[in-house]
Amino acid sequence: MHVSLAPEALFHVGPIAVTNSMLTALLTTLLVLGVLVVAARRLSLRPAGGVGGTTEAISEAVLGQAEAAYGSREAALKYFPLLATLFIFILVNNLIGLIPGFNTITWNGAPLLRPVTTDLNATIALALVSVVLTQVYAIRKLGAFKNIKRYFAHGFLLGLLEIILELTRVISFSFRLFGNIFAGEVLLVVISALLPILGPSPFWAMEIFVAFIQALVFTMLTMAFIAMAIDPGVPEAGH
Amino acid sequence: MEGLDVGVIKSIGAGLTIAVGTIGPGIGIGLIAARAVEAIGRNPEAQGKIQQMMILGIAFTEALAIFALLFAFIIRFL
Repeated sequence: MHVSLAPEALFHVGPIAVTNSMLTALLTTLLVLGVLVVAARRLSLRPAGGVGGTTEAISEAVLGQAEAAYGSREAALKYFPLLATLFIFILVNNLIGLIPGFNTITWNGAPLLRPVTTDLNATIALALVSVVLTQVYAIRKLGAFKNIKRYFAHGFLLGLLEIILELTRVISFSFRLFGNIFAGEVLLVVISALLPILGPSPFWAMEIFVAFIQALVFTMLTMAFIAMAIDPGVPEAGH
Repeated sequence: MEGLDVGVIKSIGAGLTIAVGTIGPGIGIGLIAARAVEAIGRNPEAQGKIQQMMILGIAFTEALAIFALLFAFIIRFL
């Protein structure tokens, strides 16, 4: 069994180590980009199946949730690019690790491909994007002063607590995604070693479900935190 | 305790951290999901809204388990 918490370096470009998760991130980005370009060319007024229809269905689902969170389609479309990008990127990267060949094909002793969401560096980067952009949207909507003021609506001490909770969001966002996907992968490796025939199948099905749920949770939480941050009247409820 | 080295104690500590740390969030998430199902049963039209609140609540509860995981990693690897 080969389980490594940290991604392994494949080769070095100057002082920067290129890890297996970076390679996979590049490949999945190109894959998603390619599929979306093909889908965009096949835009049609008639409902269609295939690549175009599937992309449209995913976009419509994300937009529908955003509409429910922000109240109107105009407001939802403002934040739609971020939300849809997060959802599609995380979903594809969660699912791609389940393809046989990941973690088993090795190169120089290290697995050649590793899904990027099992790399803590990548999930912290995604969490920072989510948390920082929430602040950017809040400042754009309310102004810098009002954005700080909304934390101190219930007094100075609670305000400090709110700011600390804001920072812990980076931890909870990143470790939730990393923990779920990495634990799933380790689970599959262990079950495959214990019960090689038919044993892993139900867990495989569960991992497909978890991959979808985690992408949904990350997107929905970002959506809800932005909705809370750009709301000037009501101060943030809880964490 | 002469036979125990630091690595063994760290492993036991990390295991206990995540084992004990997931009990509370486990109960909490169960309660949240149970109440959400109950609420949807009473008022099926509000399913979308309830689902959104449920996922938010579960995320906050789950954060505690995530902190336990974080501390388990810190104990084990730092």
